[in-house]
Amino acid sequence: MVNSSIIPLFVAVPLGGAFLNSLLGRNRKKVTDIIGVSTAFILSVLSFVALRLYNTHGVLVYNVGGWKPPIGIGMVLDGLTAFMLVTVNVVAFCIAVYSVNYMEKFTSKWKFYTLFFLMLGGMNGVIITGDIFNLFVFLEIAAVASYALVAFGTERHELEAAFKYAVMGTLGSLFILLGIAFLYGYTSTLNMADMGNILAQSGSANIVLMVIVLFLMGFGLKAALVPFHAWLPDAHPSAPAPISAMLSGVLIKSLGIYAICRIFYNVIGFNQEISAILMFFGALSMIVGGLLALGQWDFKRLLAYSSISQIGYIVLALGLGTPLGIIGGLFHLFNHSIFKSLLFLNAGAVEYATGTRDLKEMGGLASKMPFTGTTGFLGSMSIAGIPPFSGFWSKLIIIIALVQAGKVGYAFWAVIISVLTLAMYIKVIRYAFLGKLKEKWRGVEEVPLFMKLSMGALALACVAGGALLLPGVYEAFLQNAEGLLTNGTKYATVVLEAIK
Amino acid sequence: MIIYLLCLVLFLCGVYCVLRKRNIIKIIIGIIISEYAVHLFLILLAYRLGGRSPIFSPDREITNMVDPLPHALVLTAIVIGLASTALLVGIAMRIYEKYGTFDITRIRELKR
Repeated sequence: MVNSSIIPLFVAVPLGGAFLNSLLGRNRKKVTDIIGVSTAFILSVLSFVALRLYNTHGVLVYNVGGWKPPIGIGMVLDGLTAFMLVTVNVVAFCIAVYSVNYMEKFTSKWKFYTLFFLMLGGMNGVIITGDIFNLFVFLEIAAVASYALVAFGTERHELEAAFKYAVMGTLGSLFILLGIAFLYGYTSTLNMADMGNILAQSGSANIVLMVIVLFLMGFGLKAALVPFHAWLPDAHPSAPAPISAMLSGVLIKSLGIYAICRIFYNVIGFNQEISAILMFFGALSMIVGGLLALGQWDFKRLLAYSSISQIGYIVLALGLGTPLGIIGGLFHLFNHSIFKSLLFLNAGAVEYATGTRDLKEMGGLASKMPFTGTTGFLGSMSIAGIPPFSGFWSKLIIIIALVQAGKVGYAFWAVIISVLTLAMYIKVIRYAFLGKLKEKWRGVEEVPLFMKLSMGALALACVAGGALLLPGVYEAFLQNAEGLLTNGTKYATVVLEAIK
Repeated sequence: MIIYLLCLVLFLCGVYCVLRKRNIIKIIIGIIISEYAVHLFLILLAYRLGGRSPIFSPDREITNMVDPLPHALVLTAIVIGLASTALLVGIAMRIYEKYGTFDITRIRELKR
């Protein structure tokens, strides 16, 4: 019982940080910075403690308010949860450090940190909860905070993008709520483990198909899979750079992909049809996102389209459903959250120094901003899949898994889009960092210390990301998460066992 | 049965409103309508014919009561809906300040 009391801290600490910030941080920028960075630091340490706890004790369940699940709400710490918690909180810590300098140019920094921690609390809540309605509540907390953060600049474009995002996001949430209502009506329970048990016993029914469609629309919209992606290329570039990094890096994964995995694998139960649907949507977003990204000249917009493409890779690999495919998908999820947030932070650094996002106007910035140039280069090479950077290993695993499962067509497209990705990032490096320095950028200076620190840390993770495949680290981090998904609806038995 | 169909019609009215209307305020109203339809559906799930309120009393035996859980869910969902509606209206006000119009066909400066 003592061990499991760490679990609710992942929601309580960010909410407490947001509260303290709005109480003490008003018009005192130093206090805001200290509260912000220390809260994020505590969370990232806690996430490693949680990973360690899981590896020594196995699945842990915390009963909220002392009520035992399935009657009460349970918070579950298992392999996938520990994996996602580490990913989200480490990236959030780097971004919080970066914001110390970057957010200076905005007037109310404390509001930024308050919303940031509300969003982080919501994401952590989605990840740790074991109750499907609770998942919806936390998802909405994170989503509403992110609508507000996209509009943070309150200029014309920010407001337009935020409105579009908020309307589509709210509709998506309604579909999720409707799906939850159907599931509750069918199984008369809200606990995910219990629900999985009942669904496994009752066999397939038409209502479950209906629920699958509703969840695909709802969570697919949150994850920006291709037919539902229209909000992302507007919303992600319009937000301030740390928030773009947060949205593209972790929000679409914890709200979209994590929820899809958890519900389709562990609650409804994975089968051939779901696999075919997920793989189709994954491949579609991979191809469409990649092609659209190639033609963009706005730095952050290009990165946003590239996010859609990389999300496609992850969904394609997770939809494959073989153990190797799941490993590849999860590994790519981790890598993508590292290098995409790094690239957005680089774009933010360029915007901070020069005030433009247009690739055509840049040029030769590497000579004036060597640190941003180097980290941007490492991030781009990693996402393009150049060995020995982390992106290469995950894409390699995905392609091998596809070939092994006999899906050669999908593997072919994965390779083609990988080449396209390389092309678009060569374009970024060529136009932004290399080439001749333009006259008007003579006075450009390198960004301040904290921004460099966080970009450096993320770039290091890009270079060393392949180390996650080393024996010892691999078992503790990736294989646990994979095992949970391959087990499918046996998740229910494991969780119900842990409650006793 | 008919009442569930009416609930679906209400939901579709809201979705239609979001998809087809050009005025920002009407879009927000569309979202609110479909939100209420989902809440109504949850309440309908809980309803039992002739059921009483689920309050325990020692002196009499309760045989038929409505399901209290969806009511609690709807209360939560209403609060969430309030937050997102308030935010949407706030953004709509700011948009009006900047663009001077509520017409979405004239608010499209972002590239597509």
